[in-house]
Amino acid sequence: MSRAGRWLPAVVAILLVLAVWEGLVRLFDVQAFILPRPTAILTAFVETWSTIWPFGINTLIEALGGFVFGTLAAIVLALAATRWVTLGEGLMPFAVAASAMPIVALAPITNQWFTITSPVSKMAVVAVMVFFPVFVNTTRGLTEVDPREIELMRSVAAGPAATLRRVRIPNALPFFFSALKVASALSLIGAIVAEYFGGSQQVLGQYIISRASGFQFPEAWAAILLASLLGIAFYLLILLAERMFMPWHVSIRGSTGS
Amino acid sequence: MRPAVDAPDAAGDLVVAASGVGKIFGVSQVNGVEALRNIDLEIRAGEFVSLIGPSGCGKSTLLRLIGDLLEPTAGTLRVNGKTPHQARLDRDYGMVFQQATLLDWRSVRRNVELPLEMVGAGKVERAERAVEMLDLVELRTFADRHPWQLSGGMQQRVAIARALVFKPELLLMDEPFGALDEMTRERMQQELLRIWDSTGTTVVFVTHSIPEAVFLSTRVVVMSARPGRISHVIDVPLGHPRDDDTREEQAFYDTITEVREALRHPGGGQ
Repeated sequence: MSRAGRWLPAVVAILLVLAVWEGLVRLFDVQAFILPRPTAILTAFVETWSTIWPFGINTLIEALGGFVFGTLAAIVLALAATRWVTLGEGLMPFAVAASAMPIVALAPITNQWFTITSPVSKMAVVAVMVFFPVFVNTTRGLTEVDPREIELMRSVAAGPAATLRRVRIPNALPFFFSALKVASALSLIGAIVAEYFGGSQQVLGQYIISRASGFQFPEAWAAILLASLLGIAFYLLILLAERMFMPWHVSIRGSTGS
Repeated sequence: MRPAVDAPDAAGDLVVAASGVGKIFGVSQVNGVEALRNIDLEIRAGEFVSLIGPSGCGKSTLLRLIGDLLEPTAGTLRVNGKTPHQARLDRDYGMVFQQATLLDWRSVRRNVELPLEMVGAGKVERAERAVEMLDLVELRTFADRHPWQLSGGMQQRVAIARALVFKPELLLMDEPFGALDEMTRERMQQELLRIWDSTGTTVVFVTHSIPEAVFLSTRVVVMSARPGRISHVIDVPLGHPRDDDTREEQAFYDTITEVREALRHPGGGQ
């Protein structure tokens, strides 16, 4: 099937949903504070673009900042947990439990820790949210290696560092990237929810709250649309990085025409 | 052309010397599982020795002891006159496992280069040696492919190239053709004998196929289980080079029968 052909069903589905949405809202005369028409949202999106775009960038900076810190911390700890097995065994149950916690609930706390007006207070929540799935998955990827590959490295008298670089890290990449895909969505959720708890007004979260309380629902929805588009762009960026770093992987092979 | 080594005493230096080697898995002598007991075995340079026996006879364990992937719990074992540990650190042997165990994220050539990276060989030298080894296993044109693009037999040939890239004096092979179909298997055996002949390396080969052991080996070591021990050592009276005609010689059949009898009567003694 051609590239365009593969995307066609998805595009048709989206257009169909939008058309039904538009039709139902018009047919039943649904009020805008409950659900605005897609065309109204689109109009608001275009009209408010110059306002919401810089807000979107501010929110994205919080999300990206937290994402980078959380990911880096997760990589360092995952490497440490691989090197010192007892450390890993001690940390793992805690990390698995923590990853099931509603970490956004921490937002009011980090707002106090890092000054509510500073983007760092939002980055902190995002970093904690991102940390756990990335740490848990990366550690699994580094440790759950085919024992035959470890035996092979031993037979060529490879030390722990050489085994890490040549076997463990490549083995961990698929785990790492699937965690990053989850984390990319989490990071925008974390940033926007943290914004709801107060701080700078120049961000999407605060904009959505102020428009919604001012009954300007199409504008609020326009900001939600922008947040979604940023989330999708972030996700696609990670997908691209995944293809660059592991073209050999089963999930990618087919599309590179091997 | 290698010198004839049909008789073990005609061969060169001791490559493997095991005396009273035992291996017990598990923590205590009481609860442990005794995989090997009192193994005495000498393998000289240029020999091709097969270890054959039923499952649980410890043939793979013995190979892993020689390769220092396991440590013996009794006896002494020397590889090239050193401890197996030192021999491993000195890269005295290459190892081929039942699965090719190629790294999917590397090209075929880079898989063969892997052992050389461990000794810090330069990029140019690595590439040259890798291509030389791929020539040996007749896979040069596949150097830039990835492992998953190769058939099972080709993957195993890459694994052999990788094991030989150090030009080791000893090649340890653990049922390397066990996962291949019969036709591929016979072709690989022929290939292996050609490589053995052209490199002069010593081979220790674990298998559970009697014809395979007889066709390949200068000596067949027959093992029995519970605990794993050597029950017979059989010299193979076939000349070299061997080819498909060898498989139809009377001596080939006779030796197969001899090995089969030895497997059937483990109590027969050496």
